[in-house]
This record gives sequence, structure tokens and C-alpha cells, in this order.
Amino acid sequence: MGKLTLDEKLIKRARGAAKEVAISTLDHVNSFTTVSQERTVVRLFGIDGVDAEGIPLANIIVDSLHQAGELSKGVAFYIANAVSYYNTTPQNIATKVSLGELDLLDIPTQDEQDIKMVLDKYTEEALRKISENKEKRESMQETLSIGKTPWQYVIVATGNIYEDIVQAKAAARQGADIIAVIRTTGQSLLDYVPYGATTEGFGGTYATQENFRIMRRALDEVSQELGRYIQLVNYCSGLCMPEIAAIGAFERLDMMLNDSMYGILFRDINMVRTFIDQYFSRMINAYAGVIINTGEDNYLTTADAFEEGHTVIASQFINEQLAFASGLSSKQMGLGHAFEINPDIENSLLYEIAQAQLSRDLFPEANLKYMPPTKYMTGDIFKGHVQDSLFNLTSVLTNQGIHLLGMLTEAIHTPFMQDRALSLQNSMYVMQAARDLSSEIEFKKDGIINNHAQNVLAKACSLLEEIAKIGLETAIEQGMFANIKRKQNAGKGLEGVIQKAESYVNPFLEKMERELGLGGESIE
Amino acid sequence: MNLLNKIRPYGDTLNDGKVQVSFTLPIEKSEIGDEAAKQVAQKMGLTSPELVHSASLDDNYSFYIIYGSFTKSIDISKINVNKIDAPKMDFYQINDYIKKYLGRKIVVVGACTGSDAHTVGLDAIMNMKGYAGEYGLERYPEIEALNLGSQVENYKLIEKAKELNADAILISQVVTQKDVHIKNLTEFIEMAHAEKLEKSCLLIIGGPRISNELAAELGFDAGFGRGSLPPDVASYIATELVKRKIEK
Repeated sequence: MGKLTLDEKLIKRARGAAKEVAISTLDHVNSFTTVSQERTVVRLFGIDGVDAEGIPLANIIVDSLHQAGELSKGVAFYIANAVSYYNTTPQNIATKVSLGELDLLDIPTQDEQDIKMVLDKYTEEALRKISENKEKRESMQETLSIGKTPWQYVIVATGNIYEDIVQAKAAARQGADIIAVIRTTGQSLLDYVPYGATTEGFGGTYATQENFRIMRRALDEVSQELGRYIQLVNYCSGLCMPEIAAIGAFERLDMMLNDSMYGILFRDINMVRTFIDQYFSRMINAYAGVIINTGEDNYLTTADAFEEGHTVIASQFINEQLAFASGLSSKQMGLGHAFEINPDIENSLLYEIAQAQLSRDLFPEANLKYMPPTKYMTGDIFKGHVQDSLFNLTSVLTNQGIHLLGMLTEAIHTPFMQDRALSLQNSMYVMQAARDLSSEIEFKKDGIINNHAQNVLAKACSLLEEIAKIGLETAIEQGMFANIKRKQNAGKGLEGVIQKAESYVNPFLEKMERELGLGGESIE
Repeated sequence: MNLLNKIRPYGDTLNDGKVQVSFTLPIEKSEIGDEAAKQVAQKMGLTSPELVHSASLDDNYSFYIIYGSFTKSIDISKINVNKIDAPKMDFYQINDYIKKYLGRKIVVVGACTGSDAHTVGLDAIMNMKGYAGEYGLERYPEIEALNLGSQVENYKLIEKAKELNADAILISQVVTQKDVHIKNLTEFIEMAHAEKLEKSCLLIIGGPRISNELAAELGFDAGFGRGSLPPDVASYIATELVKRKIEK
């Protein structure tokens, strides 16, 4: 089925080891919750808004319980208890708490059945809303069509959501299929989700529910105009992973960056916090029909792409298994990799093709996400444009799913409108010119491409088997990914990890687990 | 040695002054747009601008490529460049130099500070592997290099430098949108001065938009810009430490 000559037994072994890794990782964190997971629960109850000082109500409620040491039961119990007692809405309860008129801990515990009724009602409401968005996306994609893969993916990053819209619409008209609104520098380390429409950001625009809403609306307009559904991407990463997933699901985002390890490695976020948050955030994405994008490409910005290519493959296997565990289908997996081999190496293009084709063959159903050269982009825009052309060729030749366009001005500035246009022109030309090249050619047995791919797979397999032995947490402590070492009991956000009580409830997670056919032996 | 003092850009004939510019105008593509683009080139000082390409980017945006001639000239004998004054040495020479003239290991602490999450530049200089065939500082036997990574608070970097009694601090800044790097570096230098860190430690910045001139302006000892490699930084640190020791 694949184009490369690969050892099927080796693939099975690698996948088996990755599954073991995923299961034991989730088992280790299963007895904890996090402040971000609880804030997500608050948001799923339909609670939105900020107080007079701009602090999100979700943070106010969760922090009040956390400070009192009472978060171990889960915030859902307290909200449902208060709703039942006062016979009002969760939003009203949240407002009263934010005004200091109400303390959730002072309310007498209500009848179990009454609490359950409240939980059921709001769980159903939230999940219905998310399902409706999913159906709307599916019907729009059906009536309008969706671009050919590899999908052309570009970023906008002006810092101002209204300026982003101008750039996004222009990009769509120039041929982009996917628009990602890059987040402002540093948002991943904010332990809250900012509120409202924003016009100030550095190197990107704040991810807020309102910004999501107005960008989705703008893209719907341009989708109708072009007769092609334009997909919107944001970032389910950092300290607010599951919250972003929830607001994205409410506002019909189509894709989310959502890696299982990126935050640990590149943002020094605590591991336990990350593994819990990624589980819940991915489940919301699974339920919402969102395609996740994983971040393996980032490894190659710190580690060497030629020597460390197998760590990318190993991580893709782990990301795949953790994604399955959260209920994502193969098609919802934008497993990441990148075109980052040093261009001075002879036959670098052949090695890039080997690595890209290997990802394709190992994950035939996935919407692989292919990232452009960045590390060896020098500021020589003319050479950069040629590097991007080879990247475009490799992408169409190996049937990638999501093609993040390289900019000739990479390493200089966030893209100008003309940069994006030139980049799209380049990519669309190359892909049109080589559209069916893949089905016309075969790779020579024992040739450079096949040999390199086999070698990478073998190294990935032994790395995965080693990780399965020592556990993912220890592997990260030893710097097995991206050459970055992180300790289990350190990192940002650790103070927001809480041991769950016996009576802990998260009705949203439980209902989604049931509906996605999860909650099996390994996760429960 | 260049025989010319006064120079112009070169196309295929000396003094033809040929340059190429490309830009976007916020108007629809039209005859007016084409003419406006030529006038942009003229006002830039280009004579006989030739519009070789124009295209629509969107309803209200259009793209232009123009060739023209720059007819003024630049007197290069009058140019002063603020550049880092350090001999060019390779990995082995630098380690030998440190052993011979300092007789102890050099401690270097590096970080991407503030909200900046881009470690590409810092990693290129510090990581074992290095960049473009040059080993990073971590590989130097005579250098103890500690890379603190991204989004490090200024005060934390200072704390760490004091704790390790660092000889040099490297700060990498990639994101420069709205001058966020200037604010951040100014804050650092104020905090460092309050701790009198400049007396015991070389304060060095780097990044694609950083120049030695900017470094001097902000009160840093040196600034490494685009294309800087690990031995450039290491040579500077080693020779500067030796120089200062002698002067002390």
C-alpha cells in the first residue's frame, strides 16, 4: 500500500510500543485534575465574561475553590449545587461569585438527584451546541467543497483581529485553504484566556472567543464568495489548552495546534499538567470534529533534522496513540513534520522525500501537517524562495495533507501581504505542475530514499521500545526529544495540578468519553 | 583594496546604478496603480523606473516590481562602522587562547528573555551542535555554557548569572515587532546596573535585528547580528575578558 519498502513487523512493533507509552502516561496522570481543566468545565456550563478588572469569571470561580483547597471534587459539583439551590443559571451564579455576593462553599449540599439533573441538563446543552457546529461545518464543506490536498495553509499575525481579517480574506482569494491566526507572543504562558475583540498583540493576535467568532464569520463570508470552505486554525497549547478547545468548539474552529509534548519541551510547562490538559483538550477537539496539528516540526529547530529524524517519527507514533486515547480519528490527526535538513548536504532533497514519504506510509489516513524550511532560511529571499519550491514539490510528491506555506521572508518579518501572495503562487504552481507525479513514480529498491527511510524507521522503533521501558516522563527528563530535558516535578503550571477526590466529577468529560466510545480499561 | 571611493549599485555596467524594488500599494491594480508605483520609485531617487510586473493581490491591493537607476553615489571613504573588535579565531584557537591567557573556564549564561519564545538564534550560538558547521559554546571545553531557554524573566537571568558568577550573559531577541525588544533590553540593563553586574560580567545581545550599534546605545558591551556564528561570540568574550583583566 505504501510507496516505500518497509518492514511491516517493525511498524507493528513501533506502534505497539507507542501504545504502551500512551497508556502508561495517561494512567500516571489519571488521578489528577488541573485548574485549566476545571476552568474548561466552567466554560462548558456556558459561563462567559469577565469582572470589572477584566479577570475571566472562569478564573474567579476556580481560583476561589483552589485557594480554599476544595477543587479536588471538581468545580462541576459546586456549580450544579449552587444552580440547584438558587434555581438560577450558572452565569448568574458566576456573576454573584465575582461580585463577592456568593461563596460556593457556603451553600448547603443539595439532593444528589437534583444535582445530577442540573449536570445532565448543562452537559447536554454544551455538547449539543458543539455537535451543531460540527454538523454546520460538515454541511458547509459539502455544499461549498473544500480545496484539494495538500491544503494551502497560511498564517496571519498582525496583532489586530480586524487587520487579520483583511489579510485572511486576501489570502483566501489568492488561493489559501486554511488560515491560522498566530497568537501573540507569550499567550501560551498566560494562565487565563483573554476576553473580547483585541487589536494589540506582539507577533500575533490574542486568542479570545470573540476574536474566534469574528474571524470565523469573516471566513464564512469569503468561503461563500469563493465557493470553497476556508478552514480556521488556532492554538490549543500552553496553560489553557482545554479552555481554548472549548471556546474553539463553540465558535466552529476547524483545526487546532494540539501537541501532547510541545508545551513541556518548548514552553517548560509541567508534564503532569500538560498530559492531563492535552487529554481533555483533544477529547473536546475529537467531539467537535476538529483536526489537530501536532508539533514535531519544532524538534527540528533545536535538533538536527538529518540525525534526529527518527525522533519525529517516534513522536508521531506517540501523538497518534494519545490522540486515539482521546477519541480522535486518524483523519483528525495532522501529525507534524518539517522540511528542515541542511540544504548544503548533498541529496538533501532525497532525504526530505524519504522522511516525508515515511510519515505518509506510516500514517496513511492522517492529514499530515508538513512545515516549511525555517532553520536554514537566511534572509536571502531569492534562495529562500527556491528552498520553498523544493519543499512544495516534496509535499505534493508525498501526498501531504496540510501544507504550511514557507515564506521567502522567513527569518525577517511576519509575512507581508505580498510575501504570502508570492508564496501561494509558488506553491500552487509547483503542485499543479506535479499533481500526479506521486502515482507516476516508484522509489528504487535499495536506493537512497528507501534506505534512509528504513533506517529512520528502525531507529524510531528502537527509541520507542526504549521509551516504553523507562516511561515517557523519564524519556523527557533524559532529553530524548528535541535535545531538551524537563523534570517531572518542575515547570510552569505545576501549582495548578490537583489530586482528585473520590467524589470528583467532570460530567462533560464523562459524557464525551461515553459518546466517543472511550473510557476503556486503560483510561478509567 | 577598492580603487573607487564613490560607488553606485552595479547591474552589468559600472555606474549604471541598477536596483530592483518590489512593494505593495493599497489600491486596486489599474493604470493609476502602475503610475503610482513608478512615482514611488522616482521619489526613492530612481531614474527611468521600468515597471516590469504588476499584479492584483486583492480588491484593494496590488503588487509591483520595478527596475531603476540610482544616480547619486556613496563615498565609502567617509563610512564609519561600529563593529566588534575581536580577532577571528576558530574553535581550537579559542580554547587554547582561554587556557593560555585566562587559565580558567569561562562561564556563559544565555537566555531568550521577556515574552520572546524564539530560541533559534540562541541555540545556534550555544547548543552543542552549533550552526553552519561551527560547534556551539556548550561544546567548548574551556567554556561552561548554560542555555536557560525561552521566555526567561530578566530578574531570573540576573539571579542565575550571579549564582554562577558568570563572565558573560547572552540575551537573544528575535521578536522586534513594535520595539518590544527595546523595552525588554532596557529593563534588563537597568536591573543589571542596579546589581553592578556590568563590572563583573560582559553583557551581550544577539538576534537578526540586533547590531553592535544598538547594543552600545542601550548600554550593552556588544551586539551580534545576522550571520554571527559561535566562534565570533566566543572570540569576543575570550579576548574582551583578557583585555579587561589587564586593564583592571
